[in-house]
Amino acid sequence: MYLPDFDYYAPESLTEATGLLMQLGTSARVLAGGTDILVKMKSGLLAPSALVSLKNLHELRRIRWDADRGLAIGALATHNEICNSAVVQEHFLSLSEAAHKLANNQIRNRGTIGGNLVNAIPSADLPPILIALGAYVTLAGPNSSRTVPVESFFTGVSRCALEPEREILTEVVIPPQKTTGSTYIKFGLRRSGALAVVGVAAAVTMDGNVVRDARICLGAVYKVPTRAIQAEQVLIGKTWTNDLLEQAGRTAVGCCLPISDIRGSAEYRRDLVRIFTRRALKRAITQGHV
Amino acid sequence: MQAIADKQGVKRYIISLTVNGDEYSPVIKGNTLLVNLLRDGLDLTGTKKGCELGDCGSCTVLMDGKPVDACLVLALEADGCEIITIEGVAQHGELDRLQRSFIDNAAIQCGYCTPGMILSAKALLARNPHPTEPEVRAAIAGNLCRCTGYVNIVKAVLDAAEVTA
Repeated sequence: MYLPDFDYYAPESLTEATGLLMQLGTSARVLAGGTDILVKMKSGLLAPSALVSLKNLHELRRIRWDADRGLAIGALATHNEICNSAVVQEHFLSLSEAAHKLANNQIRNRGTIGGNLVNAIPSADLPPILIALGAYVTLAGPNSSRTVPVESFFTGVSRCALEPEREILTEVVIPPQKTTGSTYIKFGLRRSGALAVVGVAAAVTMDGNVVRDARICLGAVYKVPTRAIQAEQVLIGKTWTNDLLEQAGRTAVGCCLPISDIRGSAEYRRDLVRIFTRRALKRAITQGHV
Repeated sequence: MQAIADKQGVKRYIISLTVNGDEYSPVIKGNTLLVNLLRDGLDLTGTKKGCELGDCGSCTVLMDGKPVDACLVLALEADGCEIITIEGVAQHGELDRLQRSFIDNAAIQCGYCTPGMILSAKALLARNPHPTEPEVRAAIAGNLCRCTGYVNIVKAVLDAAEVTA
């Protein structure tokens, strides 16, 4: 299996990189870890005229905590770097765990958080937990940059708010928050190397046994990762019980629109949404780590 | 990295990388994959090609110490990197303890997944000299064996880890 021909650039700065994208036009693409784009190119789904490799932009690998801004993760941080980062584990252990649930070790050593977002497949493992934690991304263009909440970043299957002919996703930021517990759980057909049939992230702010705030995000059950807002409202202001969590799970089923495919039927996915929403909430409430 | 163009205008690049401790400066095309550079360019055919989509792990090599699928890495992206293939595991004609353990535990049937298995295991033992069985299983989860010899493979890795104790 061979790759089509393309021109290759490895700019030394972000300005040079966005400048190159402008100059090269619509059929150039950014290369980060390559674990998605090279597969698409091999399969003939994508034939970019040029690849702009970000490998020399070392500043995009950094993971930093800042008390005001929160956790800033460079777009080129690999899944294993996120998974093993002491800073990530200290502040958002649930993100470290989600990164570990993705693909397999070899892919986690190459694939990046930026690539996982820009690839924008509905079953991606990082978006649900990032949305539940209220993360946003920075998109850098040639003259200015903008921030977009991860929640509104996705616009369809393999579609997102990034303008590929002029912008590069440079970082993902999770703001400081009052969240007391969060988690991402997924159901895949195998324990490793399997796409999510359903993925559910939950982030809760507890005051004793009372749910002050809750954010639930469902993956792989709609064309984009989706908040289950009605299910969140079932919980907010109430004392948690197993019955309440079951009710939230049932409500979450109404917030998704799954398809039937090789990994599972729509009906099966709806049942999984109910059960996994309940389990994710219970884990976030009782386990108590963010 | 230096770019050169031939009379037909085809662009090639001269990269430098270390493979199994030896320095190379191969001339490659932009679309050359690391697995093809190793197999076709450097004649290191111990690295196997299976699915070529990052699922099977047959082409696993260590890139700066970390296991990666060489079928999903552009050779250009390995410029300046240190690569270890299965040919670099034995030292001075002596099998590595992992290789010896795979033989002793009959952890090899057809042998196609073995280079990748050994390299994934080698990276695991380098960062975690005494792994638990679940840790071994997680480390080789990206390496598929279709003879289904996983039981003996896991035993072989655990045995090799004990030898280091």
